[in-house]
Amino acid sequence: MSDVAFRTVGCRVEYDRQPVLHGIDLEVASGEVLAVLGANGSGKSTLVKALLGLVPLASGRVEVHGRPLRAFRDWSRIGYVPQRLNVGGGVPATVREVVAAGRVSVAKYGWFSSRAERAAVHRALDRVGLADRAADAVHELSGGQQQRVLIARALAAEPDTFVMDEPMAGVDAASQAALAGTVSELASRGSTVVVVLHELGPLAPVIRRSIVLAEGRIAHDGRAPEPVGDCARPGHDHVHPHAGPPARTGLPLAPVPGGGEEDGLR
Amino acid sequence: MIEMLGFDFMQRAIPAAVLIGLAAPAVGTFMVQRRLALLGDGIGHVALTGVAIGFLTGTAPVLTAIIVAVLGAVAMELIRVRARTGGDVALALLFYGGIAGGVLLIGLAPGQSGSTLTAYLFGSVTSVDQTDVYLVAALAVLVVGVMLLFGRQLFVLCQDEEVARAHGLPVRFLSLLIAVTAALTVVIAMRVVGLLLVSALMVVPVVTAQQLTRSFRVTLVLAMAIGALSALAGLSTAFYVDVAPGAAIVLMALSGFIVAVAVGWALRGLRARRLAAPRPAAAPPPSATPRESVTR
Repeated sequence: MSDVAFRTVGCRVEYDRQPVLHGIDLEVASGEVLAVLGANGSGKSTLVKALLGLVPLASGRVEVHGRPLRAFRDWSRIGYVPQRLNVGGGVPATVREVVAAGRVSVAKYGWFSSRAERAAVHRALDRVGLADRAADAVHELSGGQQQRVLIARALAAEPDTFVMDEPMAGVDAASQAALAGTVSELASRGSTVVVVLHELGPLAPVIRRSIVLAEGRIAHDGRAPEPVGDCARPGHDHVHPHAGPPARTGLPLAPVPGGGEEDGLR
Repeated sequence: MIEMLGFDFMQRAIPAAVLIGLAAPAVGTFMVQRRLALLGDGIGHVALTGVAIGFLTGTAPVLTAIIVAVLGAVAMELIRVRARTGGDVALALLFYGGIAGGVLLIGLAPGQSGSTLTAYLFGSVTSVDQTDVYLVAALAVLVVGVMLLFGRQLFVLCQDEEVARAHGLPVRFLSLLIAVTAALTVVIAMRVVGLLLVSALMVVPVVTAQQLTRSFRVTLVLAMAIGALSALAGLSTAFYVDVAPGAAIVLMALSGFIVAVAVGWALRGLRARRLAAPRPAAAPPPSATPRESVTR
């Protein structure tokens, strides 16, 4: 298991000539579970898309399982989980249809699935705990359940390399737990997982390495940063005290005309 | 109904209309899902230029229309990708260019005027000849063949282009496949419903079907059935009441849509009432409210 799942060399991406990634060098070993962290706009989503060739490179190169992206053919080894389910023009689709579509890299042609195909779809749905919803329309599911459908779609072709773009964003607690369970199961089977996250959250125990992006560069690479202070408390509420009103620090405040308690200063 | 079949022209018009009623929504389902519901309309306008070129050069207008429409569909796809404009802007460019080109060129053709184009704009199903019927049958076979062979890949593409790419699918080829199939459908169907209305047969049966369905495949098959039924009903109406057949077919499809909206609404209401029975409550999230909203 010493081969490299993803390697980027000087990977640079621009949108409208504005650099989003400034020459990223990254190696993800096979079987590694890597979290990509960073603030909004730091380029973390762009980086994982670049790994799969979903965004054009301005310069640099990407290799997947030892082959340059252009020459890579083994797409059934890749399971991609986009940020959200695209509803498109609104033609309905059942959960089963969406998940079965994940096998398109294995079975390209035809319209009807074989028994083996159906079994694979059922296994994938079972692993995310949605086997009983197979016949429902995806647009009738909650956001968290839709996210689980997307994971099941990525699982359907039974790949060994996963790229997930914020699978935890806007997901209810039950689905978060289900997703975390799936990811740790994948990790224990030796799958490679590259996952974009806003915070480690319930995935913290599975993540073995994390990189933090800032303004299109890797600012941290190594073990997951330890949460400190209040955030380290298990089950803490994720609030931003600094986003509230300025703390009263004891510095003299400018007197407010007509203000209640400051009256005494005048 | 039987009486209608006694006429030669109806014996050709009915199979032609029904086959187009089947083929158009089959392509249309993928177009609607790809948010290109008006693609057929755009191609129709471009095909008008092709018709005019046919008259100008003394070639069969259907042939030149096919060539120009396919080129237009390819151009549309390239504009969408390259110029980073929305699909709607690319369509607008095709609409104006196609109509203007058609009117301009037909004026240059000897002995022709804008009124020549009217037959193509609104169709003339009653003048369909045996060759047209064969052409339409070939089209229907082609469209159904494409759907059966590439249905899975097209479904993924129309669902999410990025995901299609991550599955290693030939995204450019598949996009062109939809565009070219749509172009062929438009041109071959123009004799029956006309260029201005063919797009309606690609879209209306699909949105009608999706009022009632939960599955993509069922939507596709139901849309084809609705398309064929509208064609048959519209054509019969036109035969007995003596109105324009293309318009009758499209209005028939639209009334089907209105019925489907009502039925779909009622069905969902019933379903919601059934589901309204007590459900386990979701975990209450209010503890995550940012503090600032409380203090301000």
